Amino acid sequence: MKCDFTDSLLQGYFDGELSGRRAAEFERHLQHCDHCASELVDLDWLSGALRLTQLYVPAPASLRRKIDAYVHPKAPTAAPSQPLLWHWLAAAAALLVVAIVLWRVSPELRSDDYQAELAGEIVDAHLRSLQPGHMTGIASNDERVIKGWFDTKVKFALPIRDFAGAGFVLNGGRVDVIEGRSVAVLVYEHNGHPINVFMWATQEPDTSPRTGSRQGFQWVDWRKNKMEFCAVSDAFPADLELLRQLINSSV
Amino acid sequence: MSELEPEDRMRFEQLVLPHIDAAFNLARWLLRGRTDAEDVAQEALLRACRFIRGFHGGDARAWLLQIVRNTCYTWLEKNRPMELSMEFDEEIHLQASATPETLAISGDDRGRLILALETLPPRFREVLVLRELEGCTYKEIAAITSLPIGTVMSSLSRARRQLYSALANSSQKGAVREV
Repeated sequence: MKCDFTDSLLQGYFDGELSGRRAAEFERHLQHCDHCASELVDLDWLSGALRLTQLYVPAPASLRRKIDAYVHPKAPTAAPSQPLLWHWLAAAAALLVVAIVLWRVSPELRSDDYQAELAGEIVDAHLRSLQPGHMTGIASNDERVIKGWFDTKVKFALPIRDFAGAGFVLNGGRVDVIEGRSVAVLVYEHNGHPINVFMWATQEPDTSPRTGSRQGFQWVDWRKNKMEFCAVSDAFPADLELLRQLINSSV
Repeated sequence: MSELEPEDRMRFEQLVLPHIDAAFNLARWLLRGRTDAEDVAQEALLRACRFIRGFHGGDARAWLLQIVRNTCYTWLEKNRPMELSMEFDEEIHLQASATPETLAISGDDRGRLILALETLPPRFREVLVLRELEGCTYKEIAAITSLPIGTVMSSLSRARRQLYSALANSSQKGAVREV
């Protein structure tokens, strides 16, 4: 006999996800519904089988060691000698030179590193979005509809514009995860090429655009007015630059 | 490779590293093999370490598992794209990972259970693993998978049905119960 209680309610009860009131209501129902009672027995049996079989696979020691080696890189051990004073002085002078050089170049080095990591993540996210059904969380070309959808999901104001007049058709948006934080993505299409424009709030100062390519995809990244943007596509670099200028003029 | 700042290292070790088992377990079940799981879990953990500043407090396990999941899917897209296009109702049967571990036990109930779990499509397998093995709440699963709670619940329900019927069909229900 099919009962009125939906499958999700039964499951919610089993997983302890119902409120006290809902759970009590379900328990009253359970007293005279054989269908739900037997479903509950099955759920319990399955859960028990999974638990008893000990399918949880903990991390192997080799993985722990590799992570530990990354977190605590071993400093090269110095020869145990008794250096003379001038040895110390020479070492101190050398250190000073190294420190000065590092101080002058490291912001750029670090920034390049960051850029490479970021480009990798963005291109990965772009690839994921090309899977069927993964491009948009909201499929629409209506700026207001997309804005309303994003309002409940991201905490920053987005420049949402359709540039269909210039050949960049707004197809919708979604929320993606880059570097462990949620970012907004606007999805455009230009001559059949999908273009993902990732955007998130930042505290960093404005930058001029940086571009690159990775796995056959072009990306351009820039910051303006406390927002960082990264557009990625297999479209021509010149087209991507055109879209960047259109977006930039609307920020 | 840039040096790790002491503060970042401390946060990573205190907040993220305690969940290394959860990270490996999820990767192992999504990729259906220990060797691939170790590589991908390592990549995900190093990524989490480099981006620890992007973690602004909250549930560190969910934050890490989100990164692990994304890294696994990216890996699957590059290496086994067929698995991801698989739909639940399609009559495609994945070949379970032929590790020495599974081969040695394929004759018993544990093997049958592993096989049944591994032949679920990844989207259903992950919610089941997160719920039944990792003990995540619906809300946590929704955060990790970026799916709405309703979808989490329906995926979980279908995964359970599929797994149940796979096991019941092998008519070993009683035997598994006694393990």
